[in-house]
Amino acid sequence: MKKLINSPDSVVADALRGVEAAHGDRLRVTFDPFTVVRADAPISGKVGLISGGGSGHEPMHGGYVGPGMLDAACPGEVFTSPTPDQMLAATKAVNGGAGVVHIVKNYTGDVLNFEMAADLAKAEGIEVETVLTNDDVAVEDSLYTAGRRGVGVTVLVEKIAGAAAAAGRNLQEVAEIGRRVNANGRSMGVALSACTTPASGRPSFELGEDEVEIGIGIHGEPGRFREPIGSAAQLASRLMTPILEDLPFRSGDRVLAFVNGMGGTPLIELYVFYAEVAKLAAEHGLKLERNLVGNYITSLEMQGASITLLKLDDELLRYWDAPVDTPALRWGA
Amino acid sequence: MAVDRDTTLAWMTSFAASMEEHREELVQLDTAIGDGDHGTNMNRGMQKAVAQLAAAEQADTGAVLKTVAMALISTVGGAAGPLYGTLFLQLGTVLAGLQEVDLPSYAAAWRRALEGVQARGKAQAQDKTMVDALIPAVAALEAATDLEDGIRAAAEAAHQGALATTPLVARKGRASYLGERSAGHQDPGATSTYYLFKSAAETFAH
Repeated sequence: MKKLINSPDSVVADALRGVEAAHGDRLRVTFDPFTVVRADAPISGKVGLISGGGSGHEPMHGGYVGPGMLDAACPGEVFTSPTPDQMLAATKAVNGGAGVVHIVKNYTGDVLNFEMAADLAKAEGIEVETVLTNDDVAVEDSLYTAGRRGVGVTVLVEKIAGAAAAAGRNLQEVAEIGRRVNANGRSMGVALSACTTPASGRPSFELGEDEVEIGIGIHGEPGRFREPIGSAAQLASRLMTPILEDLPFRSGDRVLAFVNGMGGTPLIELYVFYAEVAKLAAEHGLKLERNLVGNYITSLEMQGASITLLKLDDELLRYWDAPVDTPALRWGA
Repeated sequence: MAVDRDTTLAWMTSFAASMEEHREELVQLDTAIGDGDHGTNMNRGMQKAVAQLAAAEQADTGAVLKTVAMALISTVGGAAGPLYGTLFLQLGTVLAGLQEVDLPSYAAAWRRALEGVQARGKAQAQDKTMVDALIPAVAALEAATDLEDGIRAAAEAAHQGALATTPLVARKGRASYLGERSAGHQDPGATSTYYLFKSAAETFAH
């Protein structure tokens, strides 16, 4: 294992010290427990938004804390859900009296810990609504699995629901808009290499030089199928077909296309990939209204990419375009 | 040996040592079908639990178990934090105020712990989770006529339950994303639950 770290045990704390050093003017970082909070929180009368999850997916979630997006993030250990005491601390820090939305990716650990945190917050008189993201079409959604994973759409939920909260919408409305984004978004990813968590020191799976893993999650968990690597055009088609069929996306739909890098794939390849995604979307009759290309929800140094398509309506588009001012996403502000 | 505050403290110290000793093994089991952090997380949580037990006087068996529960809930994360936290919280609730625990109370506490874990995690038998070690262990305790024999039998049953997860296809937790590919690997959560009972047998019944 070759990593730019001091010690596997202190990676999260050391990275948060960096976040504090870089963005201390706009973010407040606490270390016991770990939270990243807007420096001006709580905003009186505004619905608070928090999210959280294992570390290793940067810039998600700490990079999305700021005006127009999240009010706080709770970083867990690498690929490990944060704990209820962190979530409670973040909830209290951002509660401006209008209630708090918890944006939770559908993983057993995240769900269980956020459930406990919501119970604790409610016991302290804070209204909480939970928005669960579960957009990964690689996972069969049935009684026999933990359900679909929350992946790329989480970034879009945080942006759009964050704009709705900034616009003064109430707790139920902000949560409804977040759920609408999730309901209209679908994602799937491919890995060209595994990733190595600092604690384990070994790759999470072994891939041959000529193999890819289709349908990977964001924690180095293996995917659904392993197959020989194809061209960017072939891989784009391999992911786009199940995404398009699942919602389903129909000719004439207005969409946002999000090509996300998993951390170890250079931007030049992501743009090669995006060209194929845009071509396939056009062939399907989709109207590509907006896009996002880059590393936004990563899996340490994994090589690979995911595609997220979001079906837009006027309201979602307006909130997507609204100003946002965070370390990792910033426009119009 | 009795189940009381001091032996429960010794049990928790033994389990913490076991999690440190088996950290790497649990990481490897979890890497195969999960995300590779189970050993690291359990070890971090139990070291914190032991430190908190040492930091303050514990009134009785129930207090020891509740202190462990809160330490795990606030430090483990993942699914294991809330699930093991719930397990120890339920044990501690049933055993609260008891200076010495008899077999019926101990078995009743474990029944409540099992119910609590299933209520929180929604797992059934054969879902390839810690519940597959817990169910036979609790049944062995309930069938026993002697506390020490019961704890020994529970440890053996938990071991068999953990081993029996190997051929199962996971239906809960992160391993369920693998579908059929999760078969052929022993479940890390069932394995750590086995070590919990093994520590109990080594503490209470030797």
